[in-house]
Amino acid sequence: MTAQPEEMESRVAPAPPPRAEPVTGPRHHWVVRLTHWVNVVALTLMVASGLRIFNAYPAFAPRGGTFCCYPFVGHAIPAWLTFGGWLAGARHWHFAMMWVLVANGLLYLGFVFLHGEWRELAPRRGDPRDVWEMVRFYLFVRKDHPRQGKHNALQKYAYMALPILAVAAVITGIAIWKPVQLGWLTRLLGGYVWARYWHFLAMLGLVALTLGHIFMVFSVDPYSIPAMITGRYRADRSPERRNGRPFYHLLPGSERTAAERQAETSAGESRPTGHREPVLPEPARAERTTREPAPAAHEPSADVHEPSAGVHEPPDRGEATQ
Amino acid sequence: MSLDRRSFLAAGGAALAGILSGACDSEGPKATRGLIAFASRKTQDVEGALFRHTSMDRIDPGQPLAGSALPGYYVSPSVPVWDAAARGAWKLEVAGAVRNPLRLDLDDLRGLPSVTHRVNHYCVEGWTAVVEWTGVRMSLLAKLADPASDAKFVDFQSFDSDYHESWDLASALHPQTLVAYGYHGAPLTPVHGAPARLHSPIKLGYKSVKYLTRIVFLPHQNGGYWTDRGYEWFAGT
Repeated sequence: MTAQPEEMESRVAPAPPPRAEPVTGPRHHWVVRLTHWVNVVALTLMVASGLRIFNAYPAFAPRGGTFCCYPFVGHAIPAWLTFGGWLAGARHWHFAMMWVLVANGLLYLGFVFLHGEWRELAPRRGDPRDVWEMVRFYLFVRKDHPRQGKHNALQKYAYMALPILAVAAVITGIAIWKPVQLGWLTRLLGGYVWARYWHFLAMLGLVALTLGHIFMVFSVDPYSIPAMITGRYRADRSPERRNGRPFYHLLPGSERTAAERQAETSAGESRPTGHREPVLPEPARAERTTREPAPAAHEPSADVHEPSAGVHEPPDRGEATQ
Repeated sequence: MSLDRRSFLAAGGAALAGILSGACDSEGPKATRGLIAFASRKTQDVEGALFRHTSMDRIDPGQPLAGSALPGYYVSPSVPVWDAAARGAWKLEVAGAVRNPLRLDLDDLRGLPSVTHRVNHYCVEGWTAVVEWTGVRMSLLAKLADPASDAKFVDFQSFDSDYHESWDLASALHPQTLVAYGYHGAPLTPVHGAPARLHSPIKLGYKSVKYLTRIVFLPHQNGGYWTDRGYEWFAGT
């Protein structure tokens, strides 16, 4: 049992909420906080001015041609969603904010790469499964919040997808800004009409993820807002500690409820503090059961959804010798 | 005077709207105006630096010609038509900072080596059209007129009210910049800028002046109809 990957233990296993954590701690580096709020302004203005530009020709077909894939031809975006006032004003804002967005994005990506934060966002093998567990939790199929690191698996995917979509938006934007001088790029994207379409879709993706992000921040973890301003985060109020779903266990004190629930469900058990049972791959599980037989006292608690199969259903011992 | 909540909200909203509309219009806060203008100048510097004489517009294979689907924009109240009875025969003048000013009628223009090419038309609104023009390369007219060494800009003027747009010299001399007199194999019609118009895929549509009368080489930039109204001056593609 020496080579158990640590991440496995912390990610996969549904287990009691961690105890004895610092109440507040640094969560976001100032570069991350700064670029986050600059991005809020830049992206909002980019989207709104872009929609105003789009309204000058709310279609994709070339003149005298057709376009397969846009069903809302001729329907303008509501004016209140747009910014810039008129086409020229919106274009000036769009091109001005383009530099802010790009500089800000490069600062963020450079920092995340050099400072190591990318490790919290980089995809790992167990991610799809963790996403599935989060979805099950949010849909009330699973009762307890899956264990997570800084971000849960859904967050990881969202925060990984956002920069990718932003880079796509910038590249497709450059392609329709300079379809002749950088014609190789425009042609790579299928020509001007398609590049404009990809630009539009990248924007839609960014908007969808951003709206989802805002909804989840306010409905699941509003305590992350001060963390994005001051950098400090009360770990004892994390969604994991509150067992928080959208609009569930939202208020301070919920984490106590969760702890109490934990206390209730673990009452009478001999489970040591911080004990976790990872779901192990077959050979490791077999090895484990061989070396340290499962304590018989371990009963699955009502809240723990996926008790370790390795403990409760020891595989045939013969397996271990294979 | 007592305020109930509803009238308080209404009054507060009105006051807020008043403050915002004083400092703000549809183009955003007025305090940002200078910054946006600065950014626009810098963006146009980048556009100028990106410009390559050798970058050619190419049309996507399989795209149909726009033909009559190409919209005919003009700023006059009705389609501008050259009135030969009132203004004499149409002539294209190449003037300004040139050593050999030209005055060409349509036959002179047609007598010069011509180019017929299919290119994209990039409208500032976001649409494109595949168009086929026949005409004379602007670079050829420049060669004939022999610009002075201080000529850095070219102003294209029209008889469509006061419509004109000025260009940087390099873009004007790009091989795909034409003074066109034919569209899709036929003489230009008034709606597309007859008798002759400027066209280039390397600038946004509004820079391609129709109803040409004068081409003036200048040592300084001279704005333009849409440029003076707030659109980008460089407007390169």
